[in-house]
Amino acid sequence: MGRSGSGKSSMRSIIFSNYSAFDTRRLGATIDVEHSNRRFLGNMTLNLWDCGGQDVFMENYFTRQKDHIFQMVQVLIHVFDVESQEVIKDIEIFTKALKQLKKYSPDAKIFVLLHKMDLVQLDKREELFQLMMKKLQETSSEYGFPNLIGFPTSIWDESLYKAWSQIVCSLIPNMAIHQTNLKKLKNVMNAWEIVLFERSTFLVICSSNAVNGETLDPKRFEKISNIMKNFKQSCTKLKSGFKTLVLNENIYVSEISPNMVCFIVLNNSEEPQSMVLENIRMAKEFFQ
Amino acid sequence: MNGTTNDKEESKAMILLLGLRRGGKSSICKVLFHNMQPLDTLYLESTSNPTMEHFSTLIDLAVMELPGQLNYFEPSYDSERLFKSVGGLVYVIDSQDEYMNAITNLAMIIEYAYKVNPTINIEVLIHKVDGLSEDFKIDAQRDIMQRTGEELLELGLDGVQVSFYLTSIFDHSIYEAFSRIVQKLIPELSFLENMLDNLIQHSKIEKAFLFDINSKIYVSTDSSPVDIQMYEVCAEFVDVTIDLFDLYKSSQQVDKSGKAVQARPRELKNVSQLGNGVILYLRQMIRGLALVAVIRPNGSDMESCLTVADYNVDIFKKGLEEIWANSRIST
Repeated sequence: MGRSGSGKSSMRSIIFSNYSAFDTRRLGATIDVEHSNRRFLGNMTLNLWDCGGQDVFMENYFTRQKDHIFQMVQVLIHVFDVESQEVIKDIEIFTKALKQLKKYSPDAKIFVLLHKMDLVQLDKREELFQLMMKKLQETSSEYGFPNLIGFPTSIWDESLYKAWSQIVCSLIPNMAIHQTNLKKLKNVMNAWEIVLFERSTFLVICSSNAVNGETLDPKRFEKISNIMKNFKQSCTKLKSGFKTLVLNENIYVSEISPNMVCFIVLNNSEEPQSMVLENIRMAKEFFQ
Repeated sequence: MNGTTNDKEESKAMILLLGLRRGGKSSICKVLFHNMQPLDTLYLESTSNPTMEHFSTLIDLAVMELPGQLNYFEPSYDSERLFKSVGGLVYVIDSQDEYMNAITNLAMIIEYAYKVNPTINIEVLIHKVDGLSEDFKIDAQRDIMQRTGEELLELGLDGVQVSFYLTSIFDHSIYEAFSRIVQKLIPELSFLENMLDNLIQHSKIEKAFLFDINSKIYVSTDSSPVDIQMYEVCAEFVDVTIDLFDLYKSSQQVDKSGKAVQARPRELKNVSQLGNGVILYLRQMIRGLALVAVIRPNGSDMESCLTVADYNVDIFKKGLEEIWANSRIST
């Protein structure tokens, strides 16, 4: 949810429909609510409700359709356009939504995205984000949602993947099992790092690495998501999906279950390829 | 390498990029050689001085960009020496703008260049076609070709070979066009093509490109026709390889520094298999070149295919080294 023009549909198209950031210019205004169903990790279904943000529709959501819209909500993703002129009004609508949520689904998780961050100067971004978050935090705790999570996002870089990964991760029930399995696999393979991705969206599900990766790029997961997604897109030109990738004999990317892809970076590149592949094959049954 | 400017001028591997102002010349350079995002080129300033871009692949190549508002026929400007020293002349026409002026200007430049240097390759980029519809593209190209032909006929230069390309920086057409242009300047091209032909015949490769890693221009390919989609896939594969490699490169060095830093720098190698069995294969060759191949195993298993490919690529690489060594001696 969010005001019109804040980039809600663009986000959805990039994450779930393989649009490139450039393609989103063609998207028109969303009329009323656009529903979409996504199967995610096999047994999970995401119902995405992309609510058009024109004031006319907005009014409707809060009055006539309120019990329909705000019933059984698990996650509210509210998008704010950082360039918006009417910040007060944006927040007002946010509070309206919170009010309804409190009434109809008080257990919902709330996420806010400060979108179009690429339009703000680099040195101002952090400051603006903190300021806005403080304000939003206050408003949301007033309505009984004390732990609000926010992300600065932009469709032109990997911040979008980061935000959505965390949002989607919060919905996965058996996270702990994946995490322990991944730790084990890491030890068995003597890997530097293993990351688990969802197959169709390439959102990060979990990663094996404890804090010891201090030298690594903190944005690497999102970057990998981005790179791999681009690659997947280019594979479609050969009318095929992606299956495996082996780079320099120390980075292995492979499907591990029908819904997941693992990204393995080995500590040393001298291990014979067949052994690594066998390990991956064996690991598959634990991730079904 | 001790390639001085003198050497380069003699080897004639220089491309001159010119055109009217605001035609998109600097944008082309930035996108090709500096990996700039096409959208960011909106904010480029107008170029005031000739700028040179060097990139060395199999040949040392320099692209020189001239400011659009320059009058090449001013006596103070040493255009004669300049035109003599270049191997290719790329003229950029903005297809979204009124192009009659550009064509007159082009004809004048061709006349002059041809007089000074009859061996010069003349290439015309019909640029910014991303904004035109499919039908209009063809119309514009035909129109520009015809008018240029007429202009040249009037000047008595109807024998001059001019090649036309439809380009845009928002897709791969600019890479494709520049690849063709660069290929005309490589004297060893026919050998390379033969070698690639040999390579693909014996290793179930469908298509093989020899890429310059930094610019994603392909220096050579085998003689089967180039499918632009195939090229895009391969170019993006180069991107993927480099991006992923860079992401974990630094960490690994730090990781190893505790023990022993790896002595020999590893060559890049990337193999990816797709759902329908097609294999994308990348190996680093000499001098910033990489071989990217699309392998179709057609039923036989992937490992044996790759073993054969690996072996053949090794041989190919040796051949490449030999050619390079020889061409160094001869120049």
